[in-house]
Amino acid sequence: MAKGSIVAGCLAPHPPHLVYAENPPQNEPTSEGGWEQLRWGYERLRESLSKIDHDVLVILSPHWQTYVGTHFLGLSNFEGLSVDPVFPNLFRYSYNLDVDVELSKAIHDKAADAGLAVKMMENPDFRVDYGTITTGHMVNPAFDKPLVVISSNRSRHYYSVEVMQEMMMELGRVTRDAIHESGKKAVVLASNSLSHRHFTTESDVPEDMSKEHIASHAMHLWDMRIIDYMRTGQAQRIIDEMPEFTEQAIAESDGGGLTWLLSTLSVPSYPATLHGYGTIIGTGNAIVEWPCYLHEEV
Amino acid sequence: MANPILASYVVPVHPHPLLVPDQNEGWQRLRDAFDEAREYIAESGADLLIIYSTTWPSIIGHQIQADPNPTWTLVDQDFHELGSMDYSFRIDADFAHAWNEANHARGLQSRTVAYHGFPIDVGSVVALKLLNPDNAIPAVIVSSNVYANRAETTVLAKACLDVLKSSGKKAVAVTAMSMSNRMFTEFIDASDDKIHSLKDDEWNRKVLEFLEEGRLEDVAQLSRTIHQQIRVQKVVTFKPMWWLSAMNDNRNDLTGRVLAYEALHGAGGAVVHLDPTSNGQGDKEYDEDDVDVYHGERNVLDADGSEMEQSPPSSENGPALWNPAEGEDAVNTDAAPKPVGLYPHARRVGDLLYLSGVGPRQPGTNAIPGGPIRDGEGEPLEYDIKAQTRAVVENISRILEEAGSSMEKVVDVTSFLVDMDRDFVGYNEVWAETLGHYGPTRTTLAIRALPTPIAVEMKVIAKI
Repeated sequence: MAKGSIVAGCLAPHPPHLVYAENPPQNEPTSEGGWEQLRWGYERLRESLSKIDHDVLVILSPHWQTYVGTHFLGLSNFEGLSVDPVFPNLFRYSYNLDVDVELSKAIHDKAADAGLAVKMMENPDFRVDYGTITTGHMVNPAFDKPLVVISSNRSRHYYSVEVMQEMMMELGRVTRDAIHESGKKAVVLASNSLSHRHFTTESDVPEDMSKEHIASHAMHLWDMRIIDYMRTGQAQRIIDEMPEFTEQAIAESDGGGLTWLLSTLSVPSYPATLHGYGTIIGTGNAIVEWPCYLHEEV
Repeated sequence: MANPILASYVVPVHPHPLLVPDQNEGWQRLRDAFDEAREYIAESGADLLIIYSTTWPSIIGHQIQADPNPTWTLVDQDFHELGSMDYSFRIDADFAHAWNEANHARGLQSRTVAYHGFPIDVGSVVALKLLNPDNAIPAVIVSSNVYANRAETTVLAKACLDVLKSSGKKAVAVTAMSMSNRMFTEFIDASDDKIHSLKDDEWNRKVLEFLEEGRLEDVAQLSRTIHQQIRVQKVVTFKPMWWLSAMNDNRNDLTGRVLAYEALHGAGGAVVHLDPTSNGQGDKEYDEDDVDVYHGERNVLDADGSEMEQSPPSSENGPALWNPAEGEDAVNTDAAPKPVGLYPHARRVGDLLYLSGVGPRQPGTNAIPGGPIRDGEGEPLEYDIKAQTRAVVENISRILEEAGSSMEKVVDVTSFLVDMDRDFVGYNEVWAETLGHYGPTRTTLAIRALPTPIAVEMKVIAKI
């Protein structure tokens, strides 16, 4: 069996507003558009990924929050209705997605061997979180490639950013090893925003872009700093500054996705491609791709 | 009217007492305590069960469940192997909507949710399935806003009490919450469950001691300290006690009883009963504001609040003109004349729109159609009351349009005339041609003067 590989790594945030703005048939609410900068960014990401042969998408979503270990979807198919508990007016999405249970189990087993608390989720009534669905839709709206879905362990809240990073670095390493051993070509995706201070009110027309901007200048400065590190191949500095970034920008990297992503990519020193940046109800969101296939043995 | 809360409960949020009480003696004791609470509630005569759940976080203000019959199957995100939780609840949607409107009237951001498949949270599902299994009592569920501070959470409770009092309903209030919320981060055998640490256990017991003494407000005032000591940051701060204390008029002399206190995968789970019977004590050190109305964000991150301090522009026709006051529910438009003080053109309150008094002055020019009633020296001038009245109605129409309302939705009008004998007939003709056509109620008053040299002004209430 040929060695598997990670062909691309992506920061692919999940605000449901992006799906709402696209008006796909799976989503019940309809809109007049909005958040085009980010949606165009996702268009560019989809175009880029369409040129890269891959078998599976591996997603870590901060909205499947687990406090006892890291969990993996463990059944081959999930179908249902996802209603965003925070923005139900925008996101009521009928999903049907396939899971690569074999690869999920392989990552699970390697993580267990490495000493991480892990569990397969095998309850057929389980509702897949809207973060996974939003990122899945924006990257591959046809859902015609299987997913591996990994929960977000909240070790940052139980312990510290440092402990979270230690666990996510380990999870990233075993994810990478399992993909290599699987013989599959995988795209790995961290489904999180950057700065994460929301507005606490919503416009009468949610897609009214005259009301959209970053929550504060400090958040903007942090977002630009992190994006600059991404674009200049300084992923290690992101890891190094993660405690300050997570605390000061109230960043959604607290869920571990970004650290895990960078770890799966062996903390890349090559530049990432910024496909788009924009704000959603005040939070900072970047769509970023690390083109691993150009830099690693594939 | 006396406080309409017949009893209050603190209940845990984890699914173990519902799904697998037999796996651990402590979980069974929690289940037994739920059962005892259920029996009390069933016999309490309550018209409503109100759940404040910490496992339903929200961002855009508070959310209130308003689906009359939410039905789904819930699986816990962590403890999915314990089984599925089918639910079908009976929600008092009318109360939910009224609470939402009462929130707005007290300055709070909130909204109702009524969508098929909306994910009701595990804390609410466990509470309702165990406390009200046959849906004998209608329920209402409110979220825990992650950004809400004490003021917002207190006002949320007061708005709820407003609706209870106006509707004449009696209720049982429930907070679905953990005490200490630090779970073991690894998998454990059910038989090995215990409170995560001695420190957490000691704090839990102190809090429960307060509650057993009926000192609910003391616990509320210790919320931030309790949070710092024994809470992992999930929903920020130990805020449910702010809500529950305000629901009970911030009392320290309730009668309390701890029905059970056990570990749930390391977290502290307690079923506590509080009833309003005075235990005869009640000293309290009340050192925080008793907030009645929430005045909005503190604009810590924004620096645009300085406009209010600008000097108002001058006017040739009377007092100085102001930029309309901004606010969360304010409605302002450049298509209406500038106010003569710091107030908005209108304000939304629930489904209603309250307009400030509207005169005939023209936006931009400040001219008065039909002419002013006096000159700059105060000498009387001839003027056309019909033209002034039409201009008033046009200004009203513009403000209504800005708010998404219209003339058809005007409910009530109060008119002010400075010369009833001279102007009533002309004013009344224009009324019949315009607003009177839509049938709002009307009151017309004679008054001595208005702030600008105009003869007529109207105060309007409309639906949105």
